[in-house]
Amino acid sequence: MIPFRYERPDDAAAAVDLLSREPGGAYLGGGTNLVDLMKLEVARHDVLVDVRRLTSGTIDELPGGGLRIGAAVSNSHLAADPRVRRRYPLLAQAVLAGASGQLRNMATCGGNLLQRTRCPYFQDVTTPCNKREPGSGCSAIGGHNRDHAVLGASAECVATHPSDMGTALTALDAVVRVQGPDGARTVPFGEFHRLPGDEPERDTVLGHGELITAIDVPPLPGGARSRYRKIRDRASYAFALVSAAVALEVAGGTVREVRIGLGGVAHKPWRARTAEEALRGSPATAASFRAAAEAELAAARPLPGNGFKVPLARNVVAGMLTDLAEEQR
Amino acid sequence: MNERNGIVDVDITLRVDGVEHRLTVDTRTTLLDALRERLRNTSPKKGCDHGQCGSCTVLLDGERALSCLALAVAHQGADVVTAAGLADGDGPHPLQSAFVEHDAFQCGYCTPGQIVSAVGMLAEVDAGWPSAVTGDVAGGTVTLDDEEIAERMSGNLCRCAAYANIRPAIKQVAR
Repeated sequence: MIPFRYERPDDAAAAVDLLSREPGGAYLGGGTNLVDLMKLEVARHDVLVDVRRLTSGTIDELPGGGLRIGAAVSNSHLAADPRVRRRYPLLAQAVLAGASGQLRNMATCGGNLLQRTRCPYFQDVTTPCNKREPGSGCSAIGGHNRDHAVLGASAECVATHPSDMGTALTALDAVVRVQGPDGARTVPFGEFHRLPGDEPERDTVLGHGELITAIDVPPLPGGARSRYRKIRDRASYAFALVSAAVALEVAGGTVREVRIGLGGVAHKPWRARTAEEALRGSPATAASFRAAAEAELAAARPLPGNGFKVPLARNVVAGMLTDLAEEQR
Repeated sequence: MNERNGIVDVDITLRVDGVEHRLTVDTRTTLLDALRERLRNTSPKKGCDHGQCGSCTVLLDGERALSCLALAVAHQGADVVTAAGLADGDGPHPLQSAFVEHDAFQCGYCTPGQIVSAVGMLAEVDAGWPSAVTGDVAGGTVTLDDEEIAERMSGNLCRCAAYANIRPAIKQVAR
């Protein structure tokens, strides 16, 4: 770890002001990913601005039945909140599927969205990586790429986003609230994370100094049932090979509303809009669920090591939708 | 704050196992290194030092946390409980007794982290927190069966694979 100054300003505005003037600095939340990356010297910050106590640590009601999740709420407290468990089972399940009890207690919700890929080449400073060192090359494309992206990747980067929470939030049409040097703004969740393109070093659309203050989650349609499922190499405490956050509302045998988020398949939490559009108004049958999942994955471009993710994602999505439809008969 | 050759030292206080300590740390010092190397509390162990094994688990302001990923400077004034501070009085903590009774360890290196983690985990169960294997996430009660214990303790690895004895040790105390 390189030496760094530690700052804990009095409020969020002071933190934004401070970091905006420190090009080599970063915000510190729970630190579960950042401290590790600093140990590995993947991250080399000369200033840390501690924001863990500066943004809201509470979950508040929004008009219309949604919830505002303070950026400093821990992953544990989000998943334990009775309102989250009742209104957004897919979100509580997604958070509980991630990390371990200890890490969920430490990790903040804002920080969860800003965690970096677990691509082993990104985390190994002895290997080329365009995300860590732009222009150095991608070691995964010709290397071990079993864990990597099948959708939306580029010739520069095939990393996946590791967040389970994000996979649920994209399906929920969440909104990220941000405070920056030029004031506050909101970013729809689907536009918050980026595809790698030719700038894989940029995971999100945030500018330097911008601070996540909260995440707004609108209500799901009243009749929708929702669920999160995660496929991984061991039963617990591992990142997703493929995961899916799905909500479905069926009326009279027809799909009234459907939301599908996919994890482990792309550089960002992937919203399966092609599948959703194919399904709205269609019969809620196993055949149409499978066809919709296949339509979404028609754009998949698997690497030599991860072709299995395409049928896996198809089967997970089709299976979950079929189960949720069955439960609404 | 004191800076020399770019290295930044900060004065902090930590309450560890009920005793207040004042110390000066390089900002890079993890809570684990502060405990082990500065305060000579070697109960929390350094296994992986990357948040993957759980052997450094402590209670941090009442909740289980990984001391290897916590910067000491970011936890000024925190209340830290290690396995060495769990006992109330002269006798061992009930979980410590249960681990002995069930032979829930072999080499013992992961054991302090396992026990602290189990203490934190049982408090989470008492608070009604669900887990990834809880059938109805919206329901209020949790039945702490083997599957629930394994899931909730998955952040604590045991290379000797004493899991088969760790689970019943925890279950005995949970009753």
